[in-house]
Amino acid sequence: MSTETAPATTESVETEHDHHPSHLQHHFVSSEQQFDSAKLGMWLFLITEILLFSALFVAYAVYRNWNPVAFAEASSTLDWVLGSVNTIVLLTSSLTVALSIHFIQKNDRKKTVISLLATLALAGGFLVIKYFEYMAKFEHGIYPGEAFAPTGSGYEYLAAIPYVPQFFSIYFVMTGIHGVHVVIGMGLISWMAWRAHRGDFSDEWYTPVELTGLYWHIVDIIWIFLFPLLYLV
Amino acid sequence: MEAAAHAASQTDAEPRTYLNHETSLWEWLTTKDHKKIGIMYLISLAVVFLVAGLLAMAVRLELMSPDFSIMSASQYNQTFTMHGIMMVFLFIVPSIPAILGNFVLPLQIGAKDVAFPRLNLASWYVYMAGGVLTVTALLVGELSTGWTFYTPYSSQQGTAVIFMTGAIFVSGFASIFTGLNFIVTIHKMRAPGMTWNRLPLFVWGLYATSIVQVLATPVVGITMLLLILEQTLQIGIFDPALGGDPILFQHFFWFYSHPAVYIMILPAFGILSELIATFSRQRIFGYRAIALSSVAIAMLGFLVWGHHMFVSGQSAISSIVFSLITYLIGIPSGIKIFNWIATMYKGSVWLQTPMLYALSFLFLFTIGGLTGIMVGVLGVDVHLHDTYFVVGHFHYVMMGGSVIALLGGMHYWWPKITGRMYNETLGKIAAGLVFVGFNVTFFTQLVLGSQGMPRRYYEYVDRFAELHMISTIGSFILASGLFLVLGYALHSLFYGKKAPQNPWAAATLEWTNVAAIPDPHNFTSTPLVTRGPYDFHKADEVFGGSGDGQARGDGAGSDASRLTPPEAAPSAPKEDASA
Repeated sequence: MSTETAPATTESVETEHDHHPSHLQHHFVSSEQQFDSAKLGMWLFLITEILLFSALFVAYAVYRNWNPVAFAEASSTLDWVLGSVNTIVLLTSSLTVALSIHFIQKNDRKKTVISLLATLALAGGFLVIKYFEYMAKFEHGIYPGEAFAPTGSGYEYLAAIPYVPQFFSIYFVMTGIHGVHVVIGMGLISWMAWRAHRGDFSDEWYTPVELTGLYWHIVDIIWIFLFPLLYLV
Repeated sequence: MEAAAHAASQTDAEPRTYLNHETSLWEWLTTKDHKKIGIMYLISLAVVFLVAGLLAMAVRLELMSPDFSIMSASQYNQTFTMHGIMMVFLFIVPSIPAILGNFVLPLQIGAKDVAFPRLNLASWYVYMAGGVLTVTALLVGELSTGWTFYTPYSSQQGTAVIFMTGAIFVSGFASIFTGLNFIVTIHKMRAPGMTWNRLPLFVWGLYATSIVQVLATPVVGITMLLLILEQTLQIGIFDPALGGDPILFQHFFWFYSHPAVYIMILPAFGILSELIATFSRQRIFGYRAIALSSVAIAMLGFLVWGHHMFVSGQSAISSIVFSLITYLIGIPSGIKIFNWIATMYKGSVWLQTPMLYALSFLFLFTIGGLTGIMVGVLGVDVHLHDTYFVVGHFHYVMMGGSVIALLGGMHYWWPKITGRMYNETLGKIAAGLVFVGFNVTFFTQLVLGSQGMPRRYYEYVDRFAELHMISTIGSFILASGLFLVLGYALHSLFYGKKAPQNPWAAATLEWTNVAAIPDPHNFTSTPLVTRGPYDFHKADEVFGGSGDGQARGDGAGSDASRLTPPEAAPSAPKEDASA
């Protein structure tokens, strides 16, 4: 991927006062060192994100293993069409965020901003679809935890099956925490779009865009695991 | 104001140091200097240690004799709970990395700062937010779950548990930020010539610690979040009354909390290597074995959490596997102890206060480690589980290991941090009091436990009275030693003798190439590292001597003036950006 390219070195900024580009913090020797550090730090952060979700995946696996029938029944009430649409929406947004990095490397500020805004729109679309999915469940009394009281045709029979509430607890917690990550990502992407528009980034320095992209990819990847586990399996 | 202060420091004859540079309160609170952040952590953690220590004294006082009482049973439960939570999550876990790691790590690898200075400052604020939540938890209600928060008891307790688990969730981020920062710093910020095999062993210890912090802490974060949801929404994951599984909570909790004991002990191992090499004037024995055994412990530490659950109802097969891997941890730990002792062999051991703590550590940690193997034995654990034997074992490792090493490290780096020497005589007396007090307090607890005294009990039968009394007296001796340390530390801040650049004639960069009180940017010029961190055997190259062995400090005894500090590393060629 083109994201592996390090930004240009300090050689090209002879015009600067002390041969130091403005983005270079005092404790780094070179732009490469700063860029590599930032990227390694982001990868480590992404590892912590995976471990954060891993406990939830374990809880899912344990309860599913003990109660396969309840989980199959509860899972069948989720709308796999909307889930698939959302998967496509998120995958597309991963493409657009990757494009924004591609365009900033080409120093094309306008297209960078457009790609970032497209990512933002797709992320918003994801949340809107998720909102309708949640509402459809709440209408039938499907809440996480104690409030769980299924009503209406197609749902009432769930009340008789033990451990169905556990499925929905796990469903709401996992997709909820994922949703929080989407919202944080939207904040970051808006900020990046604003800064790109202001002209903060160039092919010499675009580290924040790159890191935001990495973050957005992990949000996408986590959904790619959530979708089949919750909707399809 | 600022300009005036600057002008004043310019005209001063004193050289610019990080302590007389940007000194207003606002400049401290917004500083990105790793040294100042280390000191901010030091002050916050000292307060936590004092409070949690006083709670421990209250527990010991209550247990002094069967008929003596200073508090109700419910107050007793809250006291030992807060002692455990504050000591583990808010003191020992952050202690060595956040104080000494922050201060020393960039100096030891020849960097101007950690990789992410702003994240470093953020970690202190996040930690303080965790502290505020802890105080809130104390104010809103009773917290008597013990530091382990086992369900279903914890999920049926009041709002205090929500705030406390929230505090652990939040302060976990401080731990993650520190670990992440250190890994990147060690990978990317080393001075020219500072290869992986020339890293001081304290840096290796911090590296292993950081790996555990980054990999384990998110799991306790999500566990605490699930516990909060269990309380607020009754999601039924952990509470058996709702169809949940309490054993699952124990798995999640120990998946973090067992590696967490390695977060606490691995940096202590790092300090030990520094102290033993420096005060034996000897190249460390088995450098690579020590460095890699830290990493091995960090890895194995993730595979032993089930040994906390031998009697909780996990399957026999799991118990056997966890027990076996638990024994394996003894191998890298034994390698370290062996190497430290081999380092001292034929060295010129110089018994200054830091070295006394290092020797205490060897003794206490060995007892802690061996009792750890005992409770890792399946059959024996059934007898010892939830007794004072476990309490004794845990304190031998955590207090006798981690805190003793922290004390040794604080004495060792005190001159570099404050620019002052502490009183050596008082230091030695305090080290003696701590060592004696600690053993009197906790060895009796090992005996109590093996005789069947259960942990966390408010009352006990008369036959345990004598040992409990001895343990309480020991805790007074221990406390008197620690208060003595606090006293002469504060005294030395104002009246201590000015420290030279390298009072211990140590060979690592923070002593050889950094001024007595470090410059705000650490090094006047980036050092070029040409040798290992403990190359005391290279007398000619390191000390500039004539090769007759005089400069090595053989038989230097207590006469510090006869030690020749190693030469400073040369400056690295200027990184010319336009070249």
